[in-house]
Amino acid sequence: MKKIRDTIKVLALLLLIWSKVSAQEEDLLKLVAEDKPQKELVKNAFKATRVINSQSMEFLSPGTMDFIILHRFGQISEGMSNFFGLDQASMRMALDFGLRDNLMVGIGRSTYKKEVDGFIKYAPIRQSTGMNSFPVTIAIAAGTTLNTLPWSDPLRQNYFTSRMAYYSQLIIGRKFSDKFSLQISPTMVHQNLVASSYMSNDAFAAGFGGRYKVSKRMALTWDYSYLLYGVDMDLYNNPLSIGVDIETGGHVFQLHFSNSTGMNERAFLTETTGSWDKTEIRFGFNLSRMFQIKKKKESPKE
Amino acid sequence: MLTTIKKDKHMKKIILLAIVLFLGASTNAQDKYFTKNGTITFDATTSTSPEKVAAINKSVTCVLDSKTGNTQFSVLMKGFEFEQALMREHFHENYLESDKFPKALFKGQIINSSQLNYSKNGSYDVTVKGQLTMHGQTKDVEANGKLSVNDGKISISSKFAVLLNDYGIEVPRLVSDKVAKSASIKVDCILQVLGN
Repeated sequence: MKKIRDTIKVLALLLLIWSKVSAQEEDLLKLVAEDKPQKELVKNAFKATRVINSQSMEFLSPGTMDFIILHRFGQISEGMSNFFGLDQASMRMALDFGLRDNLMVGIGRSTYKKEVDGFIKYAPIRQSTGMNSFPVTIAIAAGTTLNTLPWSDPLRQNYFTSRMAYYSQLIIGRKFSDKFSLQISPTMVHQNLVASSYMSNDAFAAGFGGRYKVSKRMALTWDYSYLLYGVDMDLYNNPLSIGVDIETGGHVFQLHFSNSTGMNERAFLTETTGSWDKTEIRFGFNLSRMFQIKKKKESPKE
Repeated sequence: MLTTIKKDKHMKKIILLAIVLFLGASTNAQDKYFTKNGTITFDATTSTSPEKVAAINKSVTCVLDSKTGNTQFSVLMKGFEFEQALMREHFHENYLESDKFPKALFKGQIINSSQLNYSKNGSYDVTVKGQLTMHGQTKDVEANGKLSVNDGKISISSKFAVLLNDYGIEVPRLVSDKVAKSASIKVDCILQVLGN
């Protein structure tokens, strides 16, 4: 009886030793203090820096150059004779540069009205998680357009400044989940010269853009602007574009249908003549190719 | 219980043995070495790729228990530095899904650890066997490397390959001429004693 009791005591002791030994094999990593949770910027709410026409809440990484070709065909409503619009084309070429994580600039030129444009986009606050998290990205974009067509009436007193228009907008956007992002962008456009004296030089619009990721590399996008003031709604319509973003390696392809021809803010906000009701919509694409022009100093060694 | 133990010679011997085993089995902090600045590089460049598909992580956490040969690594995926910003975006967003799987972990053992003398300067060929958890998948990994003891610091280095498919990392056909099916991993860490 005593022997059994002793054996049990010994076994209990050995069990205690064994558990101490095996505990040594457990998480060694816990012994090394974990770094405090850091602030992390939320990225890739949209795959490109433009939703379709409008500026998106995304920026280019510093040192990156983005070469973009935007293309809009003719209206589908023109039917077979114009091969459903494919026989016509309007194009904008652009170069965007990422200066900082929250600062970028870009220049472009459209064939529509031969307009040259430039813009700067800055985000004082970006959506972040972790320490001091913030729920949305707030960005400001401002740009200028310059109409380079020859004067329609060279004998009239024409001013160079009449060729210019300006826009400024606030972009407030949030990446709600890995799949879904939404942004709103109240915008103001000022045109130095408008077509008729009854028209306003200032126009105000509210933009709504979003994307829904369908797969790892493909997303559904929509870009709608509601014209609040300053645009004659008898002549023009609210611009609406719906499309698909496809990402492959270093390119982003954006394929879409839109009722606007213009590809800069002044053009697509104040001069969208097409109407979705009458299928006056056009097929178009944006093609973006990124180049890293300023590489980081350190690189992986051989 | 103690009063009965005093009288029992057998019991005394057993308890003495137990205490010796207990002390012998415990390891203290002096036997553990660590670093928070270890280096790991990966390279998945194909021969036909115009650009290098590679990155370096210089903030790897590694802990080594010299008594048992237990080795553990913790790698924060977002700590990988790339030359190309877009490559880094794709790495996190499309390939490794770093938001879902923020860390890669390795837990293993140096097989011939008992043959190594950690208190004397020297260099040894070692084999490490363990499990690598990356992108939510865990696989057995065996790698050869070198362990050197230099004035109380331990340097470990190793080079081995991982098959991306093993960890559920998909390489779309469109970029299969740039991104290789397997990545070559290089580990370089200098560990120092984990003081109390």
